[in-house]
Amino acid sequence: MTTVYDAGRATNPAARGGAAAPQDSLLTRRRRRAAWLFLAPMILVLALVAGWPLLRTIYFSFTDATLYDLEYHEFIGLLNFYYLAIDPHWWRAVWNTVFFAVVSVSIETVLGMVIALTLNTHMPGRGLLRAAMLIPWAIPTVVSAQMWGWMYHDLYGVINEIFLFVGLIDQPRAWIADPDLSMYAVIAVDVWKTTPFMTLLILAALQLLPGEVYEAARVDGINPVKVFFKVTLPLIKPALMVAIIFRTLDALRIFDLMYVLTGNSRATASMSVYARQQLVDFQDVGYGSAASTFLFLIIAAFTVIYITVGKVNFDQGGK
Amino acid sequence: MRSRKIVGRVLFYLLVAFIVVYTVFPFYWAIVSSLKAGSGLFQVEFWPANPAWDNYVGVFQGQPFGRNILNSVIVAVSVVVLSLFLAVTASYSLGRVRFRGRTTLLLVVLSVSMFPQVAVLSGMFELIRWLGLYNNLLGLILSYMIFTLPFTVWVLTTFMRELPKELEEAAIVDGASPWVVITRVFLPLMGPALATTGLLAFIAAWNEFLFALSFTLSNEMRTVPVAIALITGTSQFELPWGNIMAASVIVTVPLLVLVMIFQRKIVSGLTAGAVKG
Repeated sequence: MTTVYDAGRATNPAARGGAAAPQDSLLTRRRRRAAWLFLAPMILVLALVAGWPLLRTIYFSFTDATLYDLEYHEFIGLLNFYYLAIDPHWWRAVWNTVFFAVVSVSIETVLGMVIALTLNTHMPGRGLLRAAMLIPWAIPTVVSAQMWGWMYHDLYGVINEIFLFVGLIDQPRAWIADPDLSMYAVIAVDVWKTTPFMTLLILAALQLLPGEVYEAARVDGINPVKVFFKVTLPLIKPALMVAIIFRTLDALRIFDLMYVLTGNSRATASMSVYARQQLVDFQDVGYGSAASTFLFLIIAAFTVIYITVGKVNFDQGGK
Repeated sequence: MRSRKIVGRVLFYLLVAFIVVYTVFPFYWAIVSSLKAGSGLFQVEFWPANPAWDNYVGVFQGQPFGRNILNSVIVAVSVVVLSLFLAVTASYSLGRVRFRGRTTLLLVVLSVSMFPQVAVLSGMFELIRWLGLYNNLLGLILSYMIFTLPFTVWVLTTFMRELPKELEEAAIVDGASPWVVITRVFLPLMGPALATTGLLAFIAAWNEFLFALSFTLSNEMRTVPVAIALITGTSQFELPWGNIMAASVIVTVPLLVLVMIFQRKIVSGLTAGAVKG
């Protein structure tokens, strides 16, 4: 084998004529065939676990299938979606999800930014601090829900104790049971658990910033706050946007946090909680699937935004 | 001017201290609570006066918690091995070979990783029942591929792209087939990337709740998160918080150890998965 590839061809100009071209394309063709062969198992598995179940779920949403017997069902058109549209509990779940996503992601963004800026300054023990940040992120959501559920306990919870001590409240509160408080309690757990993720993404962006700009700003004596808004923020904006959309997507499909902390409570049920309750607890696969399909459409819309805003670079590299 | 600087420093370190307490306290509190026995649990003490292991023993007695841990290990390890195996070859194709439909395929993989799990719940339920895998760990392994596979493919593709072109060229000149290129040339270089991606996939599988809750039925088949969520006490109204906290600490400590060891790699893996896209 003398000249099959670009590199080899350059060292052997004799083969550059008519002989090389078909040989080259033969190699390319062989590589392409191999590529598809290598992709086949992955595509097959994804089609089996993602494509097919999704299509079936969408199909079920037009039927009256029940969990008891999935096979015997009838096509009922858009009836499920009609019932969904007139169900106040569903709209409550939609509102809960949107409220949860907007509030928690906003707090996480601001808090993540503050912590990332702190971690980005030179100080002793920075590595240790960054390691500490990973703790909440590494703890399973179910576990954090249980941990906080205990801290929120109306009689023996440490939160009530601390808040009473500091004087933030004058009597113990039932953080989970009180429908006026429970959503905020859920949001606080999510903020605790996922701010580290936001921080890490922002920190990664901050560390790529050119130091000279800041040197110049300091020499010129420009106010740090002004530097942040005029220099830092615009520079990390792309990374920040991607992080925000990423987190929003995650927040919109939230399930385990609410389910473990507050059960199926109407005050906090997210769209995923509502859909699963219909599907599993009430065995109404058709109706539950309609709710799932609706959520899927919302997420799909956001995914399109993610891909557009994130300007995911597909055609970099490769040959 | 000087005193202003000192005040600034003090405020800054107060902020740092606050961040640390806020991040670490809930976990610290879980450990403290898990070491309190009996009625000690119901007194707010920031340090357990008489630390006891009762809760740690208790958690293995009331329910098959040891079995639950084993289930989680089996499921998470299998999912990671399968995903990595499928993702290595797929990422070679997606990262290094130009072919028609590649961009579309990458978009599809990315979209799947955004799927709300509940959107496939009824379809997946039907599939798992049809395959006879309900209340079976194999069913969980299969269903978890929906989130681990796109993730591993995505991150490894980013990694594959950055490997030097010359290596592959040299191997091809020597007559190596694409399979040999992957297994002999790239795989040895991918150790760190495989470890990071594998660890992140492992954490995701270890933490998964919705499928594990919906596709298992008996206590023996539950994974750790479901077991922790469903721990019940002697009476319906009194949750055994000491046991729950002990169980929480047990499942979290190994994860934390892993995360602390691989922390740098994890941070780069997270950013590769999200920001770089």
